[in-house]
Amino acid sequence: MVLLGWTSIYAAVYNEEHSSILDMSQQYGKQLLWIIAAIVIGFFMLVVDSKFYVAFSYPVYAVTSLLLLAVLFLGTEINGARSWFDLGVVRLQPSEFAKFATALALAKYTSKHNFKVHRLNSLLTMGAILGIPMLLIVLQGDAGSALVYAVFTLVLFREGLSGVVLFFGFLVGLVFILTLLLGTGEVLAIVSIGAFLAYYFLGAGKKIILKPFLYVAGSFAMLLGVDNLFTLGLGWEYALLITSVISGLIIFVLSLKKRWKNVTTIMMVFLGSVMFTYSVNYAFENILQQHQRSRINLLLGKISDPLGVGWHVKQSMTAIGSGGVTGKGFLQGTQTKFKFVPEQSTDFIFCTVGEEWGFIGTTALICLFLFFLIRLVFLAERQRSVFSRVYGYSVACILFFHFAINIGMTIKLAPVIGIPLPFFSYGGSSLWSFTILLFIFLRLDASRLERL
Amino acid sequence: MDSYSKRKFIISGIFLMVGLLFIVKLFNLQILDTEFKQYATRNVLRKTVQYPSRGLIYDRNHKLLVYNQAAYDLLVTPREVKAFDTLMLCNILKIDIEDLRTGLKKATDYSRYKPSILVNQISSKQYALLQEKLYRFPGFFTQTRTIRDYPYRSAAHLLGGIGEVNSRDLKRDKYYSSGDYIGKGGVEKSYEEVLRGKKGIRFELKDAHNRVKGSYRGGELDTSAIRGRNVTLTIDADLQAYGEKLMQNKKGSIVAIDPSTGEVLCVVSSPAFDPTLLIGRERGKNYSVLLKDTLKPLFNRALMASYPPGSTFKMANALIGLQEKVIDFNTKIPCYGAFFYGNRSLGCHHKNEYGTSLIESVEMSCNTYYCNVFRYILEAPKFGTVKKGYENWIRHLHSMGFGIHLNTDFPRGEELTGLVPSTDYYEKRVFKGMRWRSLWIISLAIGQGELGVTPLQLTNYTAYLANRGHYYIPHVVKAVEGEEQIDERFLKPQQGTIDSAYFEPIIEGMYRVSLPPRGTARMSRIPGIEMCGKTGTAQNQGEDHSVFTAFAPKDKPKIAISVYVENAKWGSTYAAPIASLIMEKYLNDSIMESRKWLEKKMLDADLIHKGVNLLNH
Ligand SMILES: [Zn+2]
Repeated sequence: MVLLGWTSIYAAVYNEEHSSILDMSQQYGKQLLWIIAAIVIGFFMLVVDSKFYVAFSYPVYAVTSLLLLAVLFLGTEINGARSWFDLGVVRLQPSEFAKFATALALAKYTSKHNFKVHRLNSLLTMGAILGIPMLLIVLQGDAGSALVYAVFTLVLFREGLSGVVLFFGFLVGLVFILTLLLGTGEVLAIVSIGAFLAYYFLGAGKKIILKPFLYVAGSFAMLLGVDNLFTLGLGWEYALLITSVISGLIIFVLSLKKRWKNVTTIMMVFLGSVMFTYSVNYAFENILQQHQRSRINLLLGKISDPLGVGWHVKQSMTAIGSGGVTGKGFLQGTQTKFKFVPEQSTDFIFCTVGEEWGFIGTTALICLFLFFLIRLVFLAERQRSVFSRVYGYSVACILFFHFAINIGMTIKLAPVIGIPLPFFSYGGSSLWSFTILLFIFLRLDASRLERL
Repeated sequence: MDSYSKRKFIISGIFLMVGLLFIVKLFNLQILDTEFKQYATRNVLRKTVQYPSRGLIYDRNHKLLVYNQAAYDLLVTPREVKAFDTLMLCNILKIDIEDLRTGLKKATDYSRYKPSILVNQISSKQYALLQEKLYRFPGFFTQTRTIRDYPYRSAAHLLGGIGEVNSRDLKRDKYYSSGDYIGKGGVEKSYEEVLRGKKGIRFELKDAHNRVKGSYRGGELDTSAIRGRNVTLTIDADLQAYGEKLMQNKKGSIVAIDPSTGEVLCVVSSPAFDPTLLIGRERGKNYSVLLKDTLKPLFNRALMASYPPGSTFKMANALIGLQEKVIDFNTKIPCYGAFFYGNRSLGCHHKNEYGTSLIESVEMSCNTYYCNVFRYILEAPKFGTVKKGYENWIRHLHSMGFGIHLNTDFPRGEELTGLVPSTDYYEKRVFKGMRWRSLWIISLAIGQGELGVTPLQLTNYTAYLANRGHYYIPHVVKAVEGEEQIDERFLKPQQGTIDSAYFEPIIEGMYRVSLPPRGTARMSRIPGIEMCGKTGTAQNQGEDHSVFTAFAPKDKPKIAISVYVENAKWGSTYAAPIASLIMEKYLNDSIMESRKWLEKKMLDADLIHKGVNLLNH
């Protein structure tokens, strides 16, 4: 029954994809072949005994990691990323398959007897399981795909990872965006003021608040004065950095001695943010590639670039916007047909839906995805083995990440990262990997009762 | 069930929030936003590329060699095609109905949505007719392209042409996009970045029928195209055309250089072809005819053919001998009509038992003299071994421009390096581990054997002789619009390894070549001009090639030239007269009455066939 329900949803998704791919005359045939192959793969996945997945999690993970490593040396470079194996007829992207392999490995690890998420040992192991493929994919020059692994935090959250981590993740994101938007100095000022406010409200009471504040302000002014006098060339930014970090450290040590737990935490967050601010700037300038920088800058509105990256997003929004309420009708889109939208059949497939089916179509599609995702979450929840549950959550979260980023980028809510929309985008590797991802879970779900 | 199972609601909540955010944004974008409402009325924003006009090419006297001409292509977007009068379209374009059908099918196979070219390079007359009736053919539209045209109809090899970019070009340079034109060969290729200009972009609002509805945001994002810069060549167009005419019905080449600057005055490769053959609609057909021609008209002999230099090489050996002090101005070597070594001999056309002098050796092209000099050079005790002596000999030759890439401004790959065999080369093929013996490679003494020299290199060497010890790197571009001077490398002399003091007797010998009663090129003497030259014969599998290289005037030379005529045997029969006519034309602007017979003889000479060569003009 459950299986049938899922297959029908899956089929519905398939049908839509089928139709929206029809207009890509050259790719249509290939995609059909891939769909058939995907069905075969899916069937194969269902036939295999579920114990196999449990038993072979680590070997599968090891093999895909090796493939990721191999592609670094033997792969073909496409669009600046060396992440493809060119096998003549088809091109395979190992990073696509690394997703389910990582999910399997993570599920296996967390289902271990007496597993505790907060133990340092397990945190490190999980970090390694996620970190290895992530690092290899970054090395391939495909930082976008590597970001997918961040979503496993959500899975671990379900397994008991403290909500604080999620909160920190949010904080990190905020500081990241602020740093790029405002520059390090300004963020430093904001973080300092934030730390002071937190210190004020949560700190040890009003008695000791005024003194350190005066000290800090005084030394900041002094340093500025000295800087001006001797023209050290520090500027206000570094003066602030020096005073705030030193006073932060002093208060931190003080709080440790006097066991003011709150103050300790605040200062740790503060110092961490300061370090992070600078590392973000460094990473942004030195690690990211030019096209990734420009995509993030564009999203933040820092640069207006109507001819480069912005052109893509602009065209994509125009296509979606021109769809109106009901759309122009099947195959009637003009924007997408003239190839105004780049990589339209792969990453910008959502534009076609938006233009041809309008608001009704896009909303329906989003609802379908949401229903599908939440259904997956509830299915995962009813699993009896930890392995199946963790794996189910992984599937849901990976699909969610793709869904969020892919649609988000076409309507300028997320940076343009070249990741496909599950089951919709053109391309064999991604279709197969999503099929494998999903069908392994369906198989696990089907054997839920046998496990008793 | 464990204690964290409630967290499924938080996770689901996150999913829902993102979904909701999307729906709100889409609602805003698709229903509320007015900017996109405008597009919702089926208007689309299109990026139209503005093609700049390509730079013009002038000759050294500012005569126009290459200019632009408008050409029109008919394109079709299959999806928009409705029933139309096929017969009428065929009549306007003068094409078969079958061609139209196959063309349409090909376009549909390529893409139903994207336009493809149906008929290219329609004449302006047909274009005018078509433009009037175009409204009757929905889905069809025209596009203007510029193609090149050549008023002189010569110098095809040198100028090169333009054609659509290939996948390699696209990969190499991001400037190009599919369908763009790029310089293919010759000056068009080597000065591509100057000539091409810069494309512009115009944003236009168009309706679904591809009709322009106006500019986008008042044109604030548009960039205008910047036209390509003009280029002035060092080539003399009249001299070039005259050279091609003299070489008609002969295989070979002419290269002339101004020794005082390195400027190439003309560069002829024969058979030549009319560059206008490779423009217009007949391009593909003409190209395959040229490609199949057994005389290889597309092959640029002046830069890409490698011949033995023959006796013209003797001056180099004389100079090296003087520089290495194995001979001096007074050295005399008796000649008994041949150079004997072991039980073999190498013949000489001349004889002087009392001893041939240095000047006479050049004048009479004495083989015996140079075989001896070559031995002295290689076997000089100061080098220890013949191999070391040979290495030193190569060093001198390289400094004269033999066996090296001259680094001219012809496209790389269109200029051959020639061959001065390395020690490894002989080690492998001749000596094979045995002791080096100069007699085994004695043919190098008289410019035969493995030596390979391009006509360009031979002329450059003559310029080097004319300058008494240095040359300027040959180049074909004299000035580029907007640039103060040409590349540095063309402006400073390339100093050779031979002292200028050693040149006079050699030049005197070359001068006597053109003098009666016994100079081999005496028939080619130009009254009033002191010409220094040297005839030669390049050994060949079939009939030998005729070579002549010369410069004039003797003092303050203005032109250095070399002429190869394939299978013409003696340098004095064809090569020397042709060279003298070119020099006379360049220096005096016209051919004097007393030499008109020679000009006629050269023009009439047919060394290829008795029939008619369709491709020559
Ligand atoms: Zn002799």
